Amino acid sequence: MLKLSEITKTYKVGTFGGKSLYAVRKVSFDIKDGEVISLIGESGSGKSTIGRMILKLTSITSGSIEFNGQDISTIKKADLKDYYSHVQGVFQDPFSSCNPIFKADRIFEIMHEEFFPSMPREEWDEKLVEALHCVGLNPEHVQNKFPHQLSGGQLQRFLIARALLLDLKFLVADEIISMLDASTRIDVLNLLADLKSHGLSILFITHDLSLGYYISERAVILYKGTVVEMGETDKIYHTPLHPYTQMLMASVPHLDHKWEQKTTDLGGKVEDITEGCVYFSRCPLEGKGEQCRADIPPLVEVEPGHQVACCCFQK
Amino acid sequence: MSEPKKKNEFLYFAMRNGKLKVGAVIVFIFVLIAIFGPKFARYPLNEFVAGGPNPPSADFYMGTTAYGQDVYAQFVYGLGTTFIVGIIGGGLATLLGMLVGFVGGYKGGWVDEVLNIITNIILVIPTFALLLIMVAYLKLRGVLIESIFIGLTSWPWAARAIRAQTFSLANREFVDLAKLSGMKTMKILFREIAPNMMSYLFMTFILQFGGAILTAATLDFIGLGPTQGVSLGLMMNWATNGSALLLGYWWWFVPPGIAITAVVGALYIMNVGLDEVFNPKLREM
Amino acid sequence: MSLNIENLTVYYQTLKGEVHALEDASFSLTDGEIMGLAGESGCGKTTLGTSLILLNGRMRYIRGTVLLDGQELPIWDNRGMDEFRFKQVSLIPQYAMSAMNPTRRIGKMVHELIEARHEDYNEIMPELKRRLDLVELPQEVLKLYPIELSGGMKQRMVMVLSTLLNPSLLIADEITSALDVSTQKAVVEMLAEFRDRKFVKSMIVITHDISILSQVADSIMVMYAGQLSEKAPTETIIRHARHPYTKLLISSLPKVGIKYSEEILHGIPGKPPLLLDPPIGCRFRDRCPVAYEKCTQVPPFLELDKDHFVACWKEFEEHA
Ligand SMILES: Nc1ncnc2c1ncn2[C@@H]1O[C@H](COP(=O)(O)OP(=O)(O)OP(=O)(O)O)[C@@H](O)[C@H]1O
Ligand SMILES: Nc1ncnc2c1ncn2[C@@H]1O[C@H](COP(=O)(O)OP(=O)(O)OP(=O)(O)O)[C@@H](O)[C@H]1O
Ligand code: SF4
Ligand SMILES: [Mg+2]
Ligand SMILES: [Mg+2]
Repeated sequence: MLKLSEITKTYKVGTFGGKSLYAVRKVSFDIKDGEVISLIGESGSGKSTIGRMILKLTSITSGSIEFNGQDISTIKKADLKDYYSHVQGVFQDPFSSCNPIFKADRIFEIMHEEFFPSMPREEWDEKLVEALHCVGLNPEHVQNKFPHQLSGGQLQRFLIARALLLDLKFLVADEIISMLDASTRIDVLNLLADLKSHGLSILFITHDLSLGYYISERAVILYKGTVVEMGETDKIYHTPLHPYTQMLMASVPHLDHKWEQKTTDLGGKVEDITEGCVYFSRCPLEGKGEQCRADIPPLVEVEPGHQVACCCFQK
Repeated sequence: MSEPKKKNEFLYFAMRNGKLKVGAVIVFIFVLIAIFGPKFARYPLNEFVAGGPNPPSADFYMGTTAYGQDVYAQFVYGLGTTFIVGIIGGGLATLLGMLVGFVGGYKGGWVDEVLNIITNIILVIPTFALLLIMVAYLKLRGVLIESIFIGLTSWPWAARAIRAQTFSLANREFVDLAKLSGMKTMKILFREIAPNMMSYLFMTFILQFGGAILTAATLDFIGLGPTQGVSLGLMMNWATNGSALLLGYWWWFVPPGIAITAVVGALYIMNVGLDEVFNPKLREM
Repeated sequence: MSLNIENLTVYYQTLKGEVHALEDASFSLTDGEIMGLAGESGCGKTTLGTSLILLNGRMRYIRGTVLLDGQELPIWDNRGMDEFRFKQVSLIPQYAMSAMNPTRRIGKMVHELIEARHEDYNEIMPELKRRLDLVELPQEVLKLYPIELSGGMKQRMVMVLSTLLNPSLLIADEITSALDVSTQKAVVEMLAEFRDRKFVKSMIVITHDISILSQVADSIMVMYAGQLSEKAPTETIIRHARHPYTKLLISSLPKVGIKYSEEILHGIPGKPPLLLDPPIGCRFRDRCPVAYEKCTQVPPFLELDKDHFVACWKEFEEHA
């Protein structure tokens, strides 16, 4: 369905734009029909940037993204709407996703106007009510309200409903759970999982590992814009191989048992890596050596459905 | 849910907003005076109808100047001129500022840089030097020319302010969502971003309006103003030249002063009111 | 007894009326206790935390007493609280990280803060440096601007600052929400270390992430819509919660190991009530699966087992 090949995004930084910073570096993975992939990484690791490149909100510096075989950078302005009728996004902050001076329903009005200009109002209203029911909202309770009169969970479901009005194939869900309360969180997660079982593919961006585990088949672990490990969720979570993933897994707070050891190495200042392994300065592995500093380790398959980018796992 | 209903809602809240109503009424009164005032003038404008200064009386509603001109006539015609300068000058500046600010703030990149350079150039060009050149060429200058000149030279401030606002709004997620809905750039600018800045744009207009009036008064003072007619600014300057302040001819300089202050002040109050109408959160509290 | 709060009630004054954000809270903390305060957004956690240090703008003190180390805190009196702030009670506010003035060097900020508390900067300097070492921040941070620090570094800086004068009570409001798991872990471990080193006697750690609390808190208190629901030792809350709200809350938490395809978790249906005009009686009534007639009266916050406080009629009945 969606295939990312070596996509890279650099930003010019510094006073005169002299240096360039890699926000995303040679990231490749693909997402199949009806699959949920979680994209996990710390703040600033480039998760949102990947999502935005898929949504064509940010340009791709190099590499390509294919949607059903078509390179999305070749989509012309006129065909963009067609692309957006299959690929949509929902973002972290539901409140800033709504124009604060208009009623929240206006997001649906816009959809009507832009995508279904010829659909008669009655038919549209029916469609809308159906979408709202689908996300578990009672239209009477939520329509005709301003964003701040709704709760975060309701609004977030509004935004999902907006995407469902289309013939949706792929959804970029960028931290859509993190602003919600524990008790509302799970409802939105269940909703996503339910949509997935109807064939929707989802890129689930998060930094909360337990949420990622709950709904995804595969996980991609991102560190400083680079994929350090990816594969089936179970394998990643239960037998993490990359030292970064291992550290992440050890830091997950579990309700039923306490953190084992105090291993948290926070790393010093943000440095600019151009060569070698991105994790080199924090890597605790015994096997690390000059090779890690010299070459960027490629992703290698260590077992079926489990890839890791670490010099210690090269054949 | 539909468009007209939403507009009615703004209107509904607008009608209930005290500040907006007070401001609008004051401005409206002055507009009425400017339009209908001349009909009641008993003496022609700027003619020396009395021998010298006269305090207000039944004959001269607002007294006469030190040279014996009817203040009332000057005031009502001057008010009209002032509104014209404010609306054309301020309006033009706001429009140009909006255009440059919106496009620069939203598009970013090189478009923004080019616009920024142009803005800065206009900012540093000495307005008066430009004016002197113009004066040399245009022997007869009317209010219209003056307004356009003011409009063309004072937009950069507006552009900068609007650019900054647009930039911060353009990076909000609702703009991304609008893009994901396939909305065109212009539509996003005018339907998503501009409405959020309504009160801000209005505020800019007010500042430009007031600024235009004051600039016009300054120009009038140094003799670069219109060669015909009268404006509130000119009145104040004549009054100063005629030592009205020293000699206690209050009826000469107080009315134009009050009128300028009242109009700009009322617009400001309207702005605060509008902010409440447009911002549903403020409306609730 | 390090902290003892009795019937603390704080409202917000608004044009539409009073928001009953904290109603008759009574609980206590022992020396060395780290208490987690959990509950959904808007239930009054920040209100409870901030009322112990500064009643801001719209907050109105209604009733109640706060005893810290046997001394009554005059929380209704902003001036009177001056001598307690930072020295006895200290707060890391929600969003403290983003609240740092970005145009001011950190060292300068520290300086001003200490002066404002009428303490001698030079005298405190060595201790400040020791503590920076402890949290593994290089001394150079004092020369940097807040934007030059990562989230974790900022949070550690704020922690060092707020505990510099060894307060008796530290209130940490949502200090981990914006961080990723590994940084969260480091920050939370540091809290425990501060307590172990006696920089602070006891702490109230506010968060809605219960799994974080389960790692460091000695006890957890759960709030719902401005009322206290339950307080008990951490293990007890997680395994043997008695209040219906706590039970539902705990069961809705996803954990690593639970997959949608294997086990579907459920949220709590319904919405919390508006605090402008809260329902009388137990405020959880509308969403409570076991509510009955009695619940139209406010349930008291009673100690059912040792150190296990609950406010629920149904539980009282079962217990009796
Ligand atoms: N417009 C920009 N100009 C320069 N750098 C940028 C820009 N946008 C993002 N970046 C940088 O790119 C990197 C990746 O950012 P991104 O937003 O994708 O991170 P993220 O993983 O989504 O983080 P978070 O969890 O905080 O949302 C960051 O280091 C960020 O500073
Ligand atoms: N300044 C204020 N004016 C009026 N009401 C307020 C004000 N501040 C907070 N409230 C209300 O008081 C209640 C408690 O707010 P509080 O900030 O204590 O919640 P919280 O538990 O800290 O939530 P969160 O987890 O979102 O930080 C909320 O219902 C809120 O709407
Ligand atoms: S007091 Fe009643 S309504 Fe409240 S939690 Fe207990 S049973 Fe439910
Ligand atoms: Mg992001
Ligand atoms: Mg809070």
